[in-house]
Amino acid sequence: MDELVAEFLTETNESLDELDVDIVNLEQNPNDADLLGKIFRLVHTIKGTCGFLALPRLEKVAHHGENVLGRFRDGDLEVIPEYVTLIFECIDRIKYIVGEIEANGTEPEGNDSELIEKLDAVYEGRDASQGGGDAAAAQEEAPVAAETPAGGGYPGGPTGNVSQAELDALEAAFNDTPGPMDAPEEEPEVEAAPEPEPEPVQESGVEKTDTTPTAKKGPSLASQSLRVNVDVLENLMTMVSELVLTRNQLMQIQRANGSGGTDFTAPLQSLNLVVSDLQEGVMKTRMQPIGNAWAKLPRIIRDLSLELNKKIELEMIGQDTELDRQVLELIKDPLTHMVRNSGDHGIESPADRAAKGKSETGKIILEAFHEGGHIIIRIKDDGKGLPMDLIKKKIIANGLANADELSDMPDQQIQQFIFKAGFSTAEKVTSVSGRGVGMDVVRTNIEKIGGSIELNSREGFGSTFTIKIPLTLAIVSALIVESAGEKFAIPQLSVKELVMASNQGESKIEMIKGAPVYRLRDNLLPLVSLDQILKMEVPDIGASDSNEQSHADGEDQDIPVIKNTTIPRNSYIVVTNVGNFDFGIIVDRVFDTEEIVVKPVAKMLRDIDLFSGNTILGDGSVIMILDPNGIARQAGELDTAPQDVQADSQKISSSHEKTSLLLFAAGDAAPKAVPLSLVARLEHVNFADVEHSSGKMMVQYRGQLMPLIPFNASVQVGTEGQKPVLVFADRGQSMGLIVDEIIDIKEEFIDVQLSGDDLGLFGSAIIDDKATDVVNIAHFLSSINKDWFKNHGDDNYEKHDANGGGRQAHQNGAMKRRVLLVDDSSFFRNMLTPVLSIAGYDVTTLDSPIEALKLCESGASFDIIVSDIEMPEMDGFEFAQKVRKDTSWVDTPMVALSSHATPRDIDRGMEVGFNQYVAKFDRDTLLNAMSNTLSDCAKLNGATQH
Amino acid sequence: METLSDVMDTSTSAVIKAEDKEKSRDLLTIVIAGQRFGIPILQVQDVLGEQKVTKIPLAPPEVAGALNLRGRIVTAINVRCRLGLERGDVTRANMSVVVEHDNELYSLIIDEIGDVMRLKNKDFKPTPGTLDPVWREISSGVYRLDGEILVVLDVPRFLGTIHN
Repeated sequence: MDELVAEFLTETNESLDELDVDIVNLEQNPNDADLLGKIFRLVHTIKGTCGFLALPRLEKVAHHGENVLGRFRDGDLEVIPEYVTLIFECIDRIKYIVGEIEANGTEPEGNDSELIEKLDAVYEGRDASQGGGDAAAAQEEAPVAAETPAGGGYPGGPTGNVSQAELDALEAAFNDTPGPMDAPEEEPEVEAAPEPEPEPVQESGVEKTDTTPTAKKGPSLASQSLRVNVDVLENLMTMVSELVLTRNQLMQIQRANGSGGTDFTAPLQSLNLVVSDLQEGVMKTRMQPIGNAWAKLPRIIRDLSLELNKKIELEMIGQDTELDRQVLELIKDPLTHMVRNSGDHGIESPADRAAKGKSETGKIILEAFHEGGHIIIRIKDDGKGLPMDLIKKKIIANGLANADELSDMPDQQIQQFIFKAGFSTAEKVTSVSGRGVGMDVVRTNIEKIGGSIELNSREGFGSTFTIKIPLTLAIVSALIVESAGEKFAIPQLSVKELVMASNQGESKIEMIKGAPVYRLRDNLLPLVSLDQILKMEVPDIGASDSNEQSHADGEDQDIPVIKNTTIPRNSYIVVTNVGNFDFGIIVDRVFDTEEIVVKPVAKMLRDIDLFSGNTILGDGSVIMILDPNGIARQAGELDTAPQDVQADSQKISSSHEKTSLLLFAAGDAAPKAVPLSLVARLEHVNFADVEHSSGKMMVQYRGQLMPLIPFNASVQVGTEGQKPVLVFADRGQSMGLIVDEIIDIKEEFIDVQLSGDDLGLFGSAIIDDKATDVVNIAHFLSSINKDWFKNHGDDNYEKHDANGGGRQAHQNGAMKRRVLLVDDSSFFRNMLTPVLSIAGYDVTTLDSPIEALKLCESGASFDIIVSDIEMPEMDGFEFAQKVRKDTSWVDTPMVALSSHATPRDIDRGMEVGFNQYVAKFDRDTLLNAMSNTLSDCAKLNGATQH
Repeated sequence: METLSDVMDTSTSAVIKAEDKEKSRDLLTIVIAGQRFGIPILQVQDVLGEQKVTKIPLAPPEVAGALNLRGRIVTAINVRCRLGLERGDVTRANMSVVVEHDNELYSLIIDEIGDVMRLKNKDFKPTPGTLDPVWREISSGVYRLDGEILVVLDVPRFLGTIHN
């Protein structure tokens, strides 16, 4: 293909994408003169260039489109939806022709006279009077059409003035054309045009007279950008990647040769720096704003809303967020699909919305932002959400699960089924969606590029899809691990943390019916063993060995890897996150992280979905890159069964059990203890890094500002040196508590014997044979952020003191009261457990009412139940209703614990069967409420018995 | 590639049809389990000594692993395994021949490497029908040598049929 034509096509495609957006905007702001000018200019440029390149068909269509646009711009024609649709039709035709030229190098055969006739009709203002347009247009257009001959910039009949109109248009185009960038496109076009029109003549004159405005308007930035062929960039990227690898190799050799400086040290260091800069620079050339992938969306939504008679508003936030070209290309289609889905399935018709008390116009919010090494794209609609009943029916109809299984599943888990193949709940197939291909393809595409997708939906309130994708595919940071003597790379993006596990002691891997699990803080983490899923276990029998092993290297394949599962050995667990699910990969060793260049695997290996690629490490060896998505799939439907049912019984923890306590020193002599499960991480903070803002200490931690507070006034906080910090984190908030020293971790019963007056302490307990202060973390959390406890999905927090103040003595009697605490937040469970056990209760915690009901069925009994209200699968109200309906707990007193403590909520709570309703988080009120409830019930029972 | 070498040969000697039979081509000979094979020389990229090979779990049994050849990742193929032979003597240093197929590099691990031989087309015969089906599949024909038969390896077919 002619180079000029190729250039033209690139340029035109870009312009066309812009046009879609602009015209939708125009429809909304019909009076925006700048916008009109811009649209006109774009079409004009296309037309002009066509003439030059001898593309008559395209030129004709563009020309007639331009005529209509010209009248919009001059204010002769009102911009109404029908006309906009016509302009879109014209642009679609242009796109079609351009597409054909791209594919075949020539204009396609065909006739545009019908479209041109329509355009001309509008242009000449006769569509309405002759009834040529559609009915709606006819009515609206009538006054305009009547007005036209009289007013406007076209004296006389339109037919006789085509060339005059064109001249005007051209003149205007030149007025608006920015100088330097467009000049090469524009000038040859007009000068070379051998048409009989007086254009060339006129042009030179116009140009002269209009130099001033051109110069004024011409953006000076334009000349600073350069169009480079993508292949050139790709090539450059590959070369840089190789260079990075070679650099890594050199650095490794240097390190291997010992720390003593050689002649190479200095040049190597500068090479290192230069290569890093170069890599960064080349990466930048590949970055494009995500807005490019969104350009088509406003048009799609507009067409959709017309077609479906819905009112939809699309808001786009963060168009400037940049990501790698390659990634951008790959997410374009999934994104389009999802936005379309939101418009089609999500947003209801205006009537339905009005009936539900929502505004008639549905809103879709598309948002992109950077977070860590990846980009988050969120598609949020305020439509009807996922219809749970329909989904359940469909799941059963498709045989994916049966009704019993479904009734046990939390909503969120059920929602994930929409990512299965062949799943569409659209009741009718529209031209837009509902054909049953979709979300599974979306998920596959996103996973292909190492991303993940999450879904949150509330029926009646809308859905939110959150996509997490890597910034770039070319170079990723990967953790190098070893299993069965072979090294593998795991993309750092999906690695959450590393845990060392031994076969003995506290941090051991436990087996539930042959399935390994690990207790990670409060959760049971399902595990997969890398050597097992890769089938790398070296069997004793040589025959089967031949399938797995090779004779490739001739040296080590017959040396069995020393590995015996019965011998206690230390292993590492790579805690991996795929979508909503966490699981652990057991590996033998962990090396460091390395920047690697992902290369595709050979074709004959592509169907192994455990690998996403391979690469060459710094030492020159080849390494396979593991695909966490593939591992999750291999590990057996981890994505639909996040928790083993058998594992659930393990989740019930009772204060009979010992609690892991972190012991630390701060200020005075007495050691302090805090439940280890509350501590997210231990860090050392350099005081040099500490920043001060409005009198508070902050430190930048994992891309966020984390407030720091010293444990007490006697903890010295200097400006230099470092101190250990306990990091507490919950739902995106974190704080650091500065202490003097971390002493130990102990498993002990918490038995607080002296309650202290200090707000920050629960009291003292004997731990490790020493009197130890048990710390009340809640005090610190609320001192940092008063809203810490109310940000748990609640807006109208108000302190509801159900029983008035008054401290009651803690019940420390011989008979401990058994309390069941149900709260979905592990943070709250961990926080309340010590509070309650200190108050003399025997605490059992569960993370969901569903678990609680199971426990009820199994015959457990409690003296009192404390339940959260806001919980995902089943809320506290429903839980109370169920309990009160027909369970063995029907008479067990229940206390609701929620930050939604409006009178309405409280009434509802009482209605469904709660005995008390307490605001979160008011420790004393809770304890009072509990003891009052218990004594009330005791009285009541006594009364009935007598 | 194989046809390419033919074409190139033809282009030089196309004028004299009679000499067609005297036309020859160059083959790199390799030995596997005592059998001599030939690979058209133009398809050979490299001959390597022993290499460090990374094993690829779950790969087809014929795939010995992957290795790094000047920054390119090469898939190593165990030729003995592909030919349905015993794995052979592993104590000997393994040689390999690197070939390109479908824009990807493969190294064929073999027992022994021989000379490059220029063989006349008149000695070329189609693969005997009695040959082992696996061997027939991967060979494009045989050459009669003095006291020996050389099997010509059809690289695309040899590699193209490997999958899980």
